[in-house]
Formats: sequence, C-alpha cells, structure tokens
Amino acid sequence: MQLVCPAGSLPALKAALRCGADAVYTGFRDDTNARHFAGLNFSDKQLESGLGLIRAQGRQLYIAVNTYALPDGWSRWKRAVDQAADLGVDALIAADPGVLAYASRNHPGLNLHLSVQGSATNAGALDFYHQQYGIRRAVLPRVLSLNQVRQVAAASPVPIEVFAFGSLCIMAEGRCHLSSYVTGQSPNLCGVCSPASAVRWSQEPEALSSRLNEVLIDRYADGEAAGYPTLCKGRFMVNGKRFHALEEPTSLNTIDLIPQLTEIGVAAVKIEGRQRSPSYVEQVTGVWRQALDRYAAKPSAFAVDAAWNTLLEKLSEGSQTTLGAYDRPWQ
Amino acid sequence: MKLSMGPILFYWQRQEIMDFYASMASQPLDAIYLGETVCSKRRALSLDDWLGLARDLRSESDAEVVISGMALIEAASELSTLRRLCENGDVRVEANDMAAVQYLRQRGVEFTGGPSLNLYNAYALDEMVRLGMTRWVPPVEVSEALLRNLVGQARKEGLQIPEIEIYAWGYLPLAYSARCFTARADNRPKDDCGFICQDYPEGLPLLSQEGQPLFTLNGIQTMSAGITNLLAEYPRMNVMGVDMLRISPAARDMEAVVRSFDQVRQGAEPPLAIDGCNGYWYGEPGMLRVEEAGLC
Repeated sequence: MQLVCPAGSLPALKAALRCGADAVYTGFRDDTNARHFAGLNFSDKQLESGLGLIRAQGRQLYIAVNTYALPDGWSRWKRAVDQAADLGVDALIAADPGVLAYASRNHPGLNLHLSVQGSATNAGALDFYHQQYGIRRAVLPRVLSLNQVRQVAAASPVPIEVFAFGSLCIMAEGRCHLSSYVTGQSPNLCGVCSPASAVRWSQEPEALSSRLNEVLIDRYADGEAAGYPTLCKGRFMVNGKRFHALEEPTSLNTIDLIPQLTEIGVAAVKIEGRQRSPSYVEQVTGVWRQALDRYAAKPSAFAVDAAWNTLLEKLSEGSQTTLGAYDRPWQ
Repeated sequence: MKLSMGPILFYWQRQEIMDFYASMASQPLDAIYLGETVCSKRRALSLDDWLGLARDLRSESDAEVVISGMALIEAASELSTLRRLCENGDVRVEANDMAAVQYLRQRGVEFTGGPSLNLYNAYALDEMVRLGMTRWVPPVEVSEALLRNLVGQARKEGLQIPEIEIYAWGYLPLAYSARCFTARADNRPKDDCGFICQDYPEGLPLLSQEGQPLFTLNGIQTMSAGITNLLAEYPRMNVMGVDMLRISPAARDMEAVVRSFDQVRQGAEPPLAIDGCNGYWYGEPGMLRVEEAGLC
C-alpha cells in the first residue's frame, strides 16, 4: 500500500519525504482546496521547489483542487487545474463534476483522483465518475465499515484510497453543511470547517468556554482537556442530557488494520492533516512508514508496536484514537 | 410558479404516511415526492409499497409523482435497492447520490437532482443536463447570490441548466453520517436501534449548553433546529426564474402550509417577514433569521 502524506507547507513536504511518504498531497493558496487556511499551502515558487525535491527522490505529488467551484470564481478553479497539469503533477484530486469534466477534456493526460469530498461511498457512484471523467483512483469517505470498504473495493472500477490517520469526520465528507449553518463558511464552498475566524475562547464565570460564531460548543472544567471547537465534536444537550451528541474529540487510527486493508486490495492509505505542523507530518509519516515496511517484510508476523500507538495518540485530538466506522460489524 | 411536496424525511408510522399522502392528493401541488431518503433500516414501507403508493397517487392526483432515492448509500444491499428504484420503469426518480445518476443515465430516463448532490455551478449542472437531469434542487446552503451567478454563468457560457426547485419550507437536511444520532442519544447501538426515531415525528432537538436550539437529530441525518421559510422571498425568486418551490413535510398542518404558498402564487401579498431561519438564502449562516439578526 502506498503512503500518501499531507503537506501544508514546504517544511512539511520535506518532512514527509524525509520520513518515507510515497506521495505528498497539497493545495494552492486559495479557496480551490479543502484546507483553505491562513498561512497554509503553496505559492508557485514553493511548489516548484517542492516538486524538484519530489522528483529527485522518485516520489509523487498530488494536488487537491477539491472544493466546489463557485459560479463567479470559475476561472480560479480552471487556472488551478491548468497549473497542476502544467506542473506535471502525478494526480489531481477533485470532486466537482464541472472541474473533473474540464480536467478530463482539456488535460487528457492528467491523472484524476476522486476527492473524499466527492462523497462516493459505493460502486455505483464510482462507476459514474470513472465512466464520465476517467478517474483512476477514489478516496473513500470515512463512513464505511471495513466490510463495506471490502465490498466497495471489490466492485470498484478503480483502485481505492482510504484514510489511515488524522482528524475524523463523523459525517460523510461533502455531505455536511453544519459549518455553514453556524458560521456561513462550508467545506464544499470555502474549503474550511468551523473556521478559526469564528472561534472565541473565554473564561466565563461557569467555566472555560469555546464558541463558534457565538454558539456555545463546549465548556471545560478546571484541568479538563479543551479541544478545537469543531462543531460535530461539541458537548450539547439532548433530552436534558449533556454529552458529545455527535462525536467525541478523537482521531482516526487504523494502524491495526494494515493487514486487512492490504488484503482487501486498498491501493493507498492517506494521512489527514495539511493544516498540521511539519513535526506532526514527520512523526505520523515515520510511524506509518515503519508499520507498512514491517508488514511488507513479513505479513504473518505483523504486530503493532505499542510505541507507535502511544506516539499517534499524543498527536490526536483529545489524545484519543478510534477505528471509526471501520470497526462496525453491522451495516 | 410550481409547488411541490418533498419526501418525508422523518420516520413516520405506516398509517401516518398513508394518511398524509391521501390528504396531499387533493392539494394544489404540481409535484409530490415520496420514498425513504434517510435510512434503509426504516421499513414502514418497502420499495414495492412506495412504488405502489406512487402509482395509486398518480391516479388520484394531478401532481407529478416522483420517487426519491437515498442520499447515503453504503451497503451493497442498499445499492441494489437503489438500482431497482431507478429501474422501476414508469415513476420519475429524484437522484440523491451519483449512483442513482449513473443508473438513470444508463436507462436514458429524465430525472430530478435532489439537494444532497453536490452541484454548485453551471458547468457541473451542464454535465447533469446532458445525462438527463431536467430539474434540480440546489444544496440547501446555496444562496440567492450564488444562484443568480450560476444562472448568469450559464447564459454567458452557453451552458444548459435544468428547471430550478428551491427548498423553500421545512427542516433543512444538513448532514449524513454512518452513525445514528437518535439511537446514540438513547444509548442504543445503531444495529439495535429499536426504530427509536419513530418516537420523534419532527426529529429530536439538540440544544447548546445554554439552551439555544442548534440542530434536529433525525437518525443518521442532522437537520436545522428550526424550519426554514422562504415565502417572503417569493417575488424575487419569481423574477429570477425559479420554477418550483419545495415544501418539506413536518408533523403539523401541512395543508395550511401548502395554502399559504398557494395563495401567494395566486397573487396574495407575500408576508413581509417570516418565522424560522433564512440565513442561507442571504449568504449568511443558515441558522439565522436575517430580519432578527439585523442583516437586511
């Protein structure tokens, strides 16, 4: 299985290469990609320099142009596709049928990967994108159980990439408007979720509070770990009870599933976190490289090193990890 | 302008569903959507029951009858049911996942594109029109400005766009998950949910710790806390060329809701302001009512 790692900056890209990423994915510095955060992503010069390093080491570069194009901003998405094609990237990661159509018709040599934002959770949807736009790989949303991934991979016309580690969306990616409902900015249209500009922390008489566009997301007792106020990870009231009604602050960690994912025929595992630091990229890439290499050397003897999980948990939201939907025995 | 009744998003009892459609058959509606779009475990009506109901309704009502497909298709069994729905032969289909678009395209039949398809610009829509989409319900987060730009983009670039049906009244479907939040709130695993969502015919309210209504839980679907209502926007939508307004069923007097929309399209003055959220239409956070927030 190929290891695909995030880079929100040139130092992160270098760290990923140093620690054994097979491919690095990144985005341009605008709203054409789903990590449109201040200070993140690549200028043209940085990208050229990063690509030089990647080529020198025989690795791959993927560019995400995976938000949905705004009607009045179409030229930005078009330019991003053209630029990726001109750079000669190894794949363009996209979701919008308009963008995919433009890329496949104008740059027939460009390798297209369907972004997780395309919300393709089944073989029927994958057939659609394959037949219409000739996608050559698809990233599956993090809502499928391992058994469902198996079914989809078996029936898919293209190789499958799945998320291996990082922040966990409990909602089907591309099918979640919670962020725009509260803040006006959404992953699909703006490339952000629960944006930092809408976050306000305050020490209130009751407790430390986190708010998103003034909506109370959580309150923390003294000594309680406080996490970033992503909407789906707040504590809310349902039927008079206060709890994490949608999802706990936790990260996905599928390192235990390397044998199963390999056996299913998954082509690549993806690390989430273009918004994270070079040090995060370095540590997570390093652990996954070791794990994949150990499995490849002797599959029958594969065992997860306790130190790997300790390190990954430290880098996780709320210092917790989960197998997410992969762990579901039922439909 | 035309008026439609969207599919029931909540899990109602079989008899409630039958009574609802019996009452809608005589309403001034141009289209009636039915079918299960949220959770395949809900089995008050099987696919064959829904198709039978669709055919019965067609003989009782002047409205076009459309069967809606599920939005989140995960299991192979769900995919085969969706395929059977798309290949039913005579009832028009609303596609809520690209798998449905694929099956409908293969059959060469015209279809409606539902609000859970991610279509946000005229190039994407042109793709869909080529494949048979003749009516489109934009994602609920789409604003008037985006829609206006999209129509302008289509004109300028010579792209085809389908009829536009706006989600004008009802709880807004915001997100879909593998997890059932209604079951979670009741400490039940999803595989032993006991059909708990049937206890909440308008969903289960989720509030902030300060008591602010924030969302409505409807099984695997998360919805707006309150009802959106765009009736006050009728004149502007009419001028823009919107073709149809969708009313989404709630467990209340839906005949009165249909009447309020029908009266406005017959020439009555639209209300100056409404209850419920309308932020999305104004390009603001969807939870807001812009009049209240002082934004208009």
